[in-house]
Amino acid sequence: MSRIQKVFSQLAAQQRQALIPFITAGDPRPGLTVELMHALVAGGADIVELGVPFSDPMADGPVIQRASERALAHKVTLRQVLAMVAEFRQRDADTPVVLMGYANPVEAMGYEAFASAAAAAGVDGVLTVDLPPEEAEECTGVLRAHGLDQIFLLAPTTPESRLKSAARLAGGYVYYVSLKGVTGAANLDIDSVASKLATLRQHLSLPIGVGFGIRDAESARRVARVADAVVIGSRLVQEVEAGEEGLAARLTAFLAEVRAAMDSADA
Amino acid sequence: MNDFLRYDQPDPRGHFGQFGGIYVAETLMPALDELRLEYEKAINDADFMAEFRYELKHYVGRPSPIYHAKRWSEQIGGAQIYLKREDLNHTGAHKVNNTIGQALLARRMGKKRVIAETGAGQHGVASATVAARYGLECVVYMGAEDVARQSPNVFRMKLLGAQVVAVSSGSKTLKDAMNEAMRDWVTNVDSTYYIIGTCAGPHPYPMLVRDFQCVIGEECKTQMIDLIGRQPDAVVACVGGGSNAIGIFHPYIEVPGVRLIGVEAGGDGLDTGRHAAPLTANAKPGVLHGNRTYLMQDADGQIIETHSISAGLDYPGVGPEHSYLKDIERAEYVAATDGEALEAFHDLCRYEGIIPALESSHALAHAKKLAATLPSDQVILVNLSGRGDKDIPTIARMEGIQL
Repeated sequence: MSRIQKVFSQLAAQQRQALIPFITAGDPRPGLTVELMHALVAGGADIVELGVPFSDPMADGPVIQRASERALAHKVTLRQVLAMVAEFRQRDADTPVVLMGYANPVEAMGYEAFASAAAAAGVDGVLTVDLPPEEAEECTGVLRAHGLDQIFLLAPTTPESRLKSAARLAGGYVYYVSLKGVTGAANLDIDSVASKLATLRQHLSLPIGVGFGIRDAESARRVARVADAVVIGSRLVQEVEAGEEGLAARLTAFLAEVRAAMDSADA
Repeated sequence: MNDFLRYDQPDPRGHFGQFGGIYVAETLMPALDELRLEYEKAINDADFMAEFRYELKHYVGRPSPIYHAKRWSEQIGGAQIYLKREDLNHTGAHKVNNTIGQALLARRMGKKRVIAETGAGQHGVASATVAARYGLECVVYMGAEDVARQSPNVFRMKLLGAQVVAVSSGSKTLKDAMNEAMRDWVTNVDSTYYIIGTCAGPHPYPMLVRDFQCVIGEECKTQMIDLIGRQPDAVVACVGGGSNAIGIFHPYIEVPGVRLIGVEAGGDGLDTGRHAAPLTANAKPGVLHGNRTYLMQDADGQIIETHSISAGLDYPGVGPEHSYLKDIERAEYVAATDGEALEAFHDLCRYEGIIPALESSHALAHAKKLAATLPSDQVILVNLSGRGDKDIPTIARMEGIQL
């Protein structure tokens, strides 16, 4: 059983939902990332999504764009991101790590070289925003051969007819984008999320995480009522952007509050 | 050359060999499916095609003439240079061929709002023009740096009723404008049609932009017979994303004996690294803006900033079909530097009384080099893709002249 499967099956047994925070690797500087990952886990993270910085983050709003720019100002490379995961693994053998980013850095490294290095570093899943199922066949095959899950996005616009191809290739969990827009947008409509998730569950057996537009304990609590996992990104990256002072403690405290609200959600 | 006599690209999912495809976030996948299906219906709809042709004739002023640049050819002392005068189109460039086609598609799909990205501002102007013509709301994304260096076109777009949004992220040029247009589209995908200006982006854009631009090459095939009784020995066009080039190349792909030569922006020179010539500089394939293509990038897959005197060629990628034509060796790709383009710009002004766009000046620069090596009975057809009025402030600035 993979680390991701183990997390979801343990949580399911407790009727709890996964909390999945996102930060960008190398933001605000590379030396801090591993400490921040541990801080997220201390706050109650079940899985950590680590952003791989890219020069052209087309699906991201301004907050995560700036995180990428800050990381790239330190010339953070994909190999360095993998080294950060390996360092994180020295003190945390259980929390799954999912890399989230764009196709080109992975393409540049090559699927095989990337997959074997990622597996060796202790990565569990890979979410490539601009690699939809139609183009992902080869990449998914290589990742699977190394025991890595490819995580796919599904969107409000996704028709039922497309769910089959996603279901065939997806591993770990699927990431439902709660709204039409970029990361950090603020127009989450919980009712439409709930009804879409009902449709998704007819076609998918994997756990479903929901992200985009979840900004506080209250919105996390509401999403946790309908989803298997809550993904929080831009709100945390804003915390990083606010300055290094007490950053790890602030991230832990924010997530602990979210965690408490999620666990109080009526089952 | 017999190998290339049958050419049927892309495949149903938009692949030109290993290039092209659909590399976008999930939210946009259904919109691209919808566009592809609607486009297939439209091009098989006689009324749609009749309206497209009517607009090209009466609104754009097509067919554009082909002109024998006799004085310049004599001065060079080699092959004869002919110019396909896309600069004489309404709005002053080839871009309008595509924006009319796409605006008609937007209208057919019931979209009331169009967005576009622009570098030099030519595609932005062409989009704003058709938006006014068909009564559509129009937002144009333009890198902040380009807004500064192309101010006449910014004002032009505003006069036409478009909103121009200056993009300050990344390198503040064309690629960043395209990122921002994608972000707008993903947010407003139900109401909005994205008019991509070049033969790049996710499928079906490279195909449909090519198809709308092919009117250029189709006309040439008839006009060259009328003018000289045969097809040219070489067809030369500048390549940024490559829409004017693919428009003139594509109808010639299956014609034996016609060399197809794309001219990229050599900037300060390929050896300086300051250029925008992914094909000529043997860049590696990569994925950007929805397609796989040759791409200027560092060893870690980050896109690197490009340089060209011409804002319209200042782009790190190239349309996927050009990458494919390079690989199958049906087209050749070369580069012309900023300096060579400027020299050709002045030549055409002085010898022919035509002020060409700086983009097109790259094609002219290579034609000049090539013509000098060929006998006088050889014919080079250059796509003069746009007029140079928009570049006058840039040229003056470079030459230290206060306007």
